[in-house]
Amino acid sequence: MEDVLGALRRMHRIRRFEEAAEDSYIRGLSYGTMHLSIGQEATAVGACMPLGDADCITSTHRGHGHCIAKGAELTPMFAEFLGREGGYCKGRGGSMHIADPAKGNLGANGIVGGGLPIAVGAALSAKKRRTGAVALAFFGDGANNEGAFHEALNLASIWKLPVVFVCENNQYAMSMAMVRATAVANVVDRAPAYAIPGIMVDGNDFATVAEASFEATERARAGEGPTLIEAKTYRTRGHSRSDRNRYRSREEIEAWTARDPIGRFEQEIVALGFATESQVNAIAAEAEKEMAVAVAEASASPWPAVADLTRDVYSPVEGVLR
Amino acid sequence: MSARELSYAEAIREALGIALEHDERVFLMGEDIGVYGGAFQVTGDLVERFGEERVMDTPISELGGAGVAVGAALTGMRPVYEFQFSDFSMLAMEQIVNQAAKLRYMLGGAVNVPVVFRMPTGSGLGGAAQHSQSIEAWYAHVPGLKVVEPSTPEDVKGMLLAAIKDPDPVIVFEHKLLYKMKGATPEGYYETPLDRAVIRREGGGLTIVATAIMVHRALEAADILAKDGIEAEVIDLRCLRPIDKDAIVSSVKKTGRLLAVYEGVKTLGIGAEISAIVAESEAFDYLDAPILRLGGVEAPIPYSPILEKAAVPQVEDIVAAARRLAHGEV
Repeated sequence: MEDVLGALRRMHRIRRFEEAAEDSYIRGLSYGTMHLSIGQEATAVGACMPLGDADCITSTHRGHGHCIAKGAELTPMFAEFLGREGGYCKGRGGSMHIADPAKGNLGANGIVGGGLPIAVGAALSAKKRRTGAVALAFFGDGANNEGAFHEALNLASIWKLPVVFVCENNQYAMSMAMVRATAVANVVDRAPAYAIPGIMVDGNDFATVAEASFEATERARAGEGPTLIEAKTYRTRGHSRSDRNRYRSREEIEAWTARDPIGRFEQEIVALGFATESQVNAIAAEAEKEMAVAVAEASASPWPAVADLTRDVYSPVEGVLR
Repeated sequence: MSARELSYAEAIREALGIALEHDERVFLMGEDIGVYGGAFQVTGDLVERFGEERVMDTPISELGGAGVAVGAALTGMRPVYEFQFSDFSMLAMEQIVNQAAKLRYMLGGAVNVPVVFRMPTGSGLGGAAQHSQSIEAWYAHVPGLKVVEPSTPEDVKGMLLAAIKDPDPVIVFEHKLLYKMKGATPEGYYETPLDRAVIRREGGGLTIVATAIMVHRALEAADILAKDGIEAEVIDLRCLRPIDKDAIVSSVKKTGRLLAVYEGVKTLGIGAEISAIVAESEAFDYLDAPILRLGGVEAPIPYSPILEKAAVPQVEDIVAAARRLAHGEV
C-alpha cells in the first residue's frame, strides 16, 4: 500500500517538476534546453518499482522522470536545471545530465543510445562483484535504431547479464515517427534477434509497467539474463522547446492526453480501495508544495564560481591499485 | 629491482599480469585476447593464468564493448580494453569521447571512470589506410582523457600500471613496430608518471621532440648528426595529455633550435602544439632558427611499401631537417 501511494507521490513530483521547469523557461528564468516527459510518468515510476539503491539505472535526455523515480530530491534537481552550484552536478550538467550515483542513478545522457552499453557494463560489474544488483537502461524509440542498442542487447545476452532494457516508445524520435524510422512494428520485435524475452506493455498503465519490470528484474537477479520491455506511451509536450508540433495532429495529442497516466492511476487506486479520493488529492497538493519549496531553495543556490571552471575534469586524488 | 631484457609486448603482458594479480577489480576486454593471445600476441597466455572471466574475449563490437568497459569502470571495476587497432576505436568514439572523458565533469565530480584503452597504432606493417593510422592527437584534444605513448618496454610497463591505477580514463598508444623491440625492463611493480617527458639523449645543438617510433628514429639520426658535429637533444614526449611543457621549454632555451617529429598527419598535429608551447613561452626569445615539424604526409597511409615508408618521417628525413636547422638553412 505504501508502495502504491509512494508511486503516486513520485508521479506527481515528476509532473510538478516538469511543469515548474516549463514555467521557469517561459518566464525566462532558465537557460539551454529541456525535454519534458509529461505523459510518460507511469513508465518511469513503474519500471523503477523493483529497484533498490544498489541497482543502477542509465537515463536519457528526457530523464527528469527517471531521476525522481529512482529517488532523486527535487531541490538539487531543480538547482541543476537552473545551473547552480547546489545542483546534483554542481551546475555542470544541467537538465540532460542529472545524476545521483549514490542512489544508483548513473545519469541522464545527452547521446541517444549512450546509456545502453554503460548499463550493460554496470551489470557486468555487478555480476563480477556478486552484488546481486541489476542495471536498468531507459531509452526511447529513437535509440532502437542506433548501433549501441543492438550491440548492448547482444553483449548482455551472450554474457547473460542482469540488465533490464526499458524502451519508452513515445512514438516519435523528435519529429521522426516510429513507423517511418523502424523496420519492425514494435521495438520488442527485435528481442528474438538477441534471444531474449520481450514484453510489450501499455506505458501509461502503472501496474502493467511495474509488473513487467518485476518480472524482468527477477529474471535478471536469478542469473537468467536480460529482458527487453517496450512501454508504449506518449509525450504530450513537444520534443524540446523548439518544437512546433508540425509532425502530429492536435487530435492525436488530445487523445493521448485523455489517457493521462496519473489520472488513470488515481482512479484505479481509489476504485480498488487502496486510497480515498481525499488521500489522493492530498498527495497531489503535497507534491505541489514540495515543488514550490524546491524552486525557492534552488533559486537561492549560488551560481558556480568561475574559478572552479576546470574543477572535476580530472580526479584530484590519486588512484589506488589494491 | 633488477633489469632484464623484455620485448615491448612482453612488458605490456607483464604489467597486465601484475595488475590482474594484485587487484581483483582489474579485468581485460578485447577482440581475440583470449586463446588467440591477441592480434599482436600481447595478452599471450594471460587467459590461461587468469581465466576467461578476467581475460574476456569480446565480440567485434567496439562501441558496445567500450561502453561496457565505461559502465564497469563507473561501478567499481578497473577494465583494460584492447582495441585491435587504434583505427577501430573510431567505432567507439562516442563512448570514449562523449562518455568516458566527460562523465566525471558533467556529473560535477560525483564519479570516476578508471578505464584504460590500449591502442596498437601506426604504420610500417603493410596494414594500409584503415590499419595504420596515428590518431593520438585526436584523443589528446579531449579534456578528461589522459593520453600517453610510451616508446620503450620499461616505460610501457610502468605507464600501463600507472594508467590502471589512475582514477581517470587513460589511452595508451602502442606503436606496432615497437612490440618486438627489446629493452631493459625492471622486474616487479613500478609506475612511470603519466605527465612527464624524458630526455633520451642530451645535446646542445638542437632539440628534437619525438613520439613513439620516432623517438628511436630520432636517436638513430642523432648518432649520424653527431658525426657532423651536430649534437641533438632528443626528448621522448611520452605524454600527450597532459603534455610536459617544461621539458620542451627548458631544452629549447638550451639549444635554440626545435624540430618536432611525429607520425600523425603533420597539419594540426602534435607538432603544432609543441611549436605553440615554445612560441608562447620564454623559450621563444632563445630561438636561433624557425621551428620545423616533420609529420605524416597529407594522405591516408598507402599499402605499397615504398609509398608507406615515404608517408611518414624516416631517419634520413630527420637528419636532413636537423642539418638545415643547424646550418641556418631554414
